[in-house]
Amino acid sequence: MEGYPRKDEGCHQFLDLIPKEKKRAVKRAEETSSEDKKLELRLGPPGEQWTINENNNSSSKNTTFGYFSNSPRAQNSILKTPWQDQAKAHFLHLQNSENKASANTAVPNSSSAQKRTAPAPVVGWPPIRSFRKNLASGSSSKQDPDSSNVVLDKVSCQKSKETCPKETLFVKINMDGVPIGRKVDLKAYDSYEKLSYAVDELFRGLLAAQSDSSAGRSKDKEDGQKAIGGLLDRNGEYTLVYEDNEGDRMLVGDVPWHMFVSTVKRLRVLKSSELPTLSRGNKQGKLSHDTSLRC
Amino acid sequence: MRLCHSMMNYFPEEVLEHVFDFLTSHRDRNAVSLVCKSWYSVERLSREKVFIGNCYAINPERLIARFPRVRSLTLKGKPHFADFNLVPHDWGGYVYPWIDAMAKCGINLEELRLKRMVVSDESLELLAKSFPNFKALVLVSCEGFTTDGLAAIASNCRFLRELDLQENDVDDRKGQWLSCFPDTCTSLVSLNFACLKGEVNMAALERLIARCPNLKSLRLNHSVPLDALQKILVQAPQLIDLGTGSFVHDPDSEICNKLKNVLQKCTSIRSLSGFLDVNSRCLPSIYPVCTNLTSLNLSYAPEIFSIELIKLIRHCKKLERLWILDTIGDKGLVVVAATCKELQELRVFPSDLNGMGNAEVTEVGLVAISAGCPKLNSLLYFCQQMTNAALVTVAKNCPNFIRFRLCTLNPTIPDAMTNQPLDEGFGAIVRSCKGLKRLSVSGLLTDQVFLYIGMYAEQLEMLSIAFAGNSDKGMLYVLNGCKKLKKLEIRDSPFGDVALLADTGKYQTM
Repeated sequence: MEGYPRKDEGCHQFLDLIPKEKKRAVKRAEETSSEDKKLELRLGPPGEQWTINENNNSSSKNTTFGYFSNSPRAQNSILKTPWQDQAKAHFLHLQNSENKASANTAVPNSSSAQKRTAPAPVVGWPPIRSFRKNLASGSSSKQDPDSSNVVLDKVSCQKSKETCPKETLFVKINMDGVPIGRKVDLKAYDSYEKLSYAVDELFRGLLAAQSDSSAGRSKDKEDGQKAIGGLLDRNGEYTLVYEDNEGDRMLVGDVPWHMFVSTVKRLRVLKSSELPTLSRGNKQGKLSHDTSLRC
Repeated sequence: MRLCHSMMNYFPEEVLEHVFDFLTSHRDRNAVSLVCKSWYSVERLSREKVFIGNCYAINPERLIARFPRVRSLTLKGKPHFADFNLVPHDWGGYVYPWIDAMAKCGINLEELRLKRMVVSDESLELLAKSFPNFKALVLVSCEGFTTDGLAAIASNCRFLRELDLQENDVDDRKGQWLSCFPDTCTSLVSLNFACLKGEVNMAALERLIARCPNLKSLRLNHSVPLDALQKILVQAPQLIDLGTGSFVHDPDSEICNKLKNVLQKCTSIRSLSGFLDVNSRCLPSIYPVCTNLTSLNLSYAPEIFSIELIKLIRHCKKLERLWILDTIGDKGLVVVAATCKELQELRVFPSDLNGMGNAEVTEVGLVAISAGCPKLNSLLYFCQQMTNAALVTVAKNCPNFIRFRLCTLNPTIPDAMTNQPLDEGFGAIVRSCKGLKRLSVSGLLTDQVFLYIGMYAEQLEMLSIAFAGNSDKGMLYVLNGCKKLKKLEIRDSPFGDVALLADTGKYQTM
């Protein structure tokens, strides 16, 4: 290849080492060898050791290749592919095609650029992190599907091995106007919205039954049930509050979910009319003790 | 130290301790601790930074027993091959026992740096609540945690200076973790959340940056748009290291112009990365910082074409470190060679993994770089093909390589010109680069290359081998030869128990 600086004449000589008639012989040999089962690579007609002699003669100036002449055993190994015996089968399996190996190693120089075929994918090759793989394939927001599932499995394994697993966190929840309380598992949810929905589900029936019995009417279950909404946005008829680990009564929704879960001791659904008027403000990012609500 | 041993015994321990304070490298301190019992004792009680290269080499209790005053701990878990899915998923590397043990013993932990470890939210919560002086958390290639764990750190670590997340696998819980930094937090010096996939609260981010005047390093994730970047930079002109988020906008808009203006005021920026999503036509906005840039990482941006990269590179004359994708092509590397005369580290990553695509980067680019950048000492090069002749030339041009990692996309491809194995090329590298510490080989290779490595790579500490060699002889050459070898990773190579067990005594030092 021209174009890069040659600081050593020996380098130049090496490139022209293979005389033209040998190159043609190589081409002919390879066309037939693709049918061969043997993957043994030779750059000349089988049995001839011409490359060794050539190297010995012209590489005496080039110290880099000195070892050609010193170690005859090594020369043999160069002429063979490394894929004899155990490595061969593995390599062929990975390459996934009968001729792939010979195609890659036996194609003459000039057409190597064009004849290159994509090898079958090998696990872990090329060695780049999955983080990069996702970027390269264009899915920057997705994880490697294998690793993500396994990561989650591993996390849960780790939890059970190393910490006292807190897989459930049941807290009492009472609602104004309903004499019977419920218990809810906070670990089953990961957001306030889901909790709100769960509270609605827990009490909707009970609340309806309560108002029915107090009104003395019997109603069809489904007709009578009104959804309990607006628990978190202070717009609804009811508001969700909780008692924290310091015994204070706090408005639900101010702090990040996981922080809430770590401090909550019990929940209460209050009638909004019983709460003092609340000011609207941006509660995000502030610690709860700044916005504690005393009822 | 020319004082004789007996004289050192008469020095009070405080003096010894003061002398040892000047030893920052853990290898030096390890050496010192072997001199005699009193030195061991003084050293162990004064050591504040501990490095553990394999988290299973020792248990946390022993660490604490020996170094009770440890303040900064670095732990490495899974082996390097884990990055490429070559290590079983349940291998281990959990950090929780370490944090738990240190918390129970009242260690005054201030810094924790982890690489390839499994970090749970419980670990992060325990960390955040157990060490009141905690200052720096650096997680590289870790997994097992979510943004909830980050929220715990942000909320509780009152003196946090550094939160650096590099290429971790993090589950996003959409819990506004960034908003958990209290108003009283003004101590941040380094914040890197580029690997997070979810959104962050822009207003909270801007406020946080505005109240941290010492912030020197900021790396955003893709959810931070260009206009937010511009507003952030107005608040933080003192930044030295910037990682942009998404770099997409209408290039003719006022925003891009404003960005260019604000970048002109950011005269301290020396390192640039990010570009997780990029509109090439917006790139000229960053030209103002290119003149003084010493480190540039564009390896996450496959959308940038060669021609745009080249235009950008031409502005970066002081570059010392460049991470780029092979979309730059050989032509682009020639431009790098012509422009970046101070270049020390080059990494060229592959952009197209699904097929062989175009012959983007070959030996031509590498040779050009070696000729144009005499200070080059660290290389990671993914390429379509390589030749022995090219490697020989590179070895002659750059004898100063410390790290040389070549990765042919086809792992067993021979010399593209001669179809020979690449033994001679790598042989030239190890012969010429007498300071070589890390080597990764690829391409068609036989036992011969290992003979060369064993003979010449005297300073080699880490060797990575894949699909190489013929027989156990290859491994024996290496194990008998490389006296300083510490890490050896092998895959898909025909080395059997005979070779690997031939000198088990050697493994003690690895």
